[in-house]
Amino acid sequence: MFRLWNSKAGGDRGGAWFLALLALVAVAVPVLNQVVPSSSSFHISAFGITLIGKYLCYGMLALAVDLIWGYCGILSLGHAAFFALGGYAMGMYLMRQIGPRGVYGNPILPDFMVFLNYKSLPWFWYGFNHFLFALAMMILVPGLLALVFGWFAFRSRVTGVYFSIITQALTYALMLAFFRNDMGFGGNNGFTDFKDIVGFDLHADSTHVVLLVVTAAALAASYMACRAIVDSRAGRVIRAIRDAESRTRFLGYPVESYKLWLFVFSAVVAGIAGALYVPQIGIINPSEFSPINSIEAVIWVAVGGRGTLYGAIVGAILVNYAKTYLTGAFPEVWLYALGGLFVLVTLFLPRGIIGLFSGRSKDKSAAANATPVE
Amino acid sequence: MSVRDKRLNLEDLTVSFDGFKALNKLTLYVDPGELLCIIGPNGAGKTTMMDVITGKTRPDSGTAQFGSDINLLELSEAEIVAAGIGRKFQKPTVFEQLTVFENLELALAGTRSFLKTLRAHITPAQHERIDHVLDIIGLSRLRGAPGRILAHGQKQWLEIGMLLMQNPELLLVDEPVAGMTPQEIERTSELLLSLAGEHSVVVVEHDMAFVRSIARRVTVLHEGHVIAEGDMDKVQNDPRVIEVYLGV
Repeated sequence: MFRLWNSKAGGDRGGAWFLALLALVAVAVPVLNQVVPSSSSFHISAFGITLIGKYLCYGMLALAVDLIWGYCGILSLGHAAFFALGGYAMGMYLMRQIGPRGVYGNPILPDFMVFLNYKSLPWFWYGFNHFLFALAMMILVPGLLALVFGWFAFRSRVTGVYFSIITQALTYALMLAFFRNDMGFGGNNGFTDFKDIVGFDLHADSTHVVLLVVTAAALAASYMACRAIVDSRAGRVIRAIRDAESRTRFLGYPVESYKLWLFVFSAVVAGIAGALYVPQIGIINPSEFSPINSIEAVIWVAVGGRGTLYGAIVGAILVNYAKTYLTGAFPEVWLYALGGLFVLVTLFLPRGIIGLFSGRSKDKSAAANATPVE
Repeated sequence: MSVRDKRLNLEDLTVSFDGFKALNKLTLYVDPGELLCIIGPNGAGKTTMMDVITGKTRPDSGTAQFGSDINLLELSEAEIVAAGIGRKFQKPTVFEQLTVFENLELALAGTRSFLKTLRAHITPAQHERIDHVLDIIGLSRLRGAPGRILAHGQKQWLEIGMLLMQNPELLLVDEPVAGMTPQEIERTSELLLSLAGEHSVVVVEHDMAFVRSIARRVTVLHEGHVIAEGDMDKVQNDPRVIEVYLGV
């Protein structure tokens, strides 16, 4: 019986470390920004706060990708679409909050609509002036798209590389649609110039500190929810589907429905991540839908370590830290570095960076348990 | 014994594929708790017979009755499994990344829906059932080991264990000892013999030594129907069997 839990204890230990570190960040970073004077070398600037907040949002997106790819073998190359949709829902709320403070001073219409000669607010913008309505949309829109898309894809038994390709097409189609001015989402400029969120000034450091703490809490909650799923019997069915789909079906499990619910949950996590990303970054535009973003998210997961949940988050943070540094220091080499990293990890670190630390201990303990019966 | 006392009762089954009769008026009975071995040359209809019993293939004519009142020809594959017929395919497929215990857990009879399995816990009774099956298949000490590290024979036993989790009344086992070492074969015959009694077991096998070691009753199929029946010595000395299968 105890041996059964062995393999899980490893996962939980890493997860416990991760949650402890996250709590430390959520406490220490605000202190280093708000309390430590800016003359001190320990002070974290407003830019630093935003950067960390951004990494945590990416961590949440990576978590969503790992849940379906690492545990169920569904490789979505369009997950940034759900992230961007959550971001757009938040952006619509933030645009409505600007009110008469816009350049054109129109109390109802956002600036871009005045500029594009809109006479009245399109119907799908109704309600976005209420935060709770917008919050519901941040969850419902990515979730519903995933439900409809997943229903058709899984029902038709679209799997493997074919599924990956249609998810790329999905995010690409959304990008093209959102680029159009008459979609009513600001065309290629998207939304920006936000003023405040639930009454707090988005230009104040303190608001960004609170957003960072909220993001850390959302990441921790998503992590624990994903962990609860993968550790449940449903989680074991999900891994069984990854390893031998038809065998799982033969045991009587409705494989399509497992995939669908997991996909929807993952899309919702990605959507919440996008919603938290937008107020911290201060802009959302259609380039968030670009296919490369979804591919990058998959690379974060591969680099961090697939099928561990926390590894994906660590991968997202490390790769994005490298990206921040490299695009500053050597802007032209970033894409080569990213490609090279992916190749190296695939060849030499099949279990990602996390695999370096946990070593082969899991396999060893398994082998130790595997003493022959007779 | 009357027909009503049989576990499985196949009568006059005929299946033809484009004029070729895979089964030709096949009539066969399985008693409760019996271990029956079916042998026959390639193309004799062994696999087609299994397919008919499990609902994968529908016969052109004939009847297939399970127990006293279940007409198998009216049930879907899933309903046949639920009615108590388990089939083990030739090639073992266990879940490689899950432990032996978890493999058996997923095979437990019970809820299959996502939202329910999300909250499902192993009840003490289910735990006992898994322990019991682990004991039967001799993998108790490997319960925590992932499926991928099992040897070929152990995978076969685990898969039989997964069938047993549903407590089927009839077990259909297709070539259980193909590719096994002599020790594994011996262990498998012990396992199948221990299952007979509590379950009816039908084994399709080519390995004559293995069949001789386990069979009380052997049925020989040829060209879609039964040509001989009885204990191993009797069928081996049957002139027709010698002609079509053994003696040539």
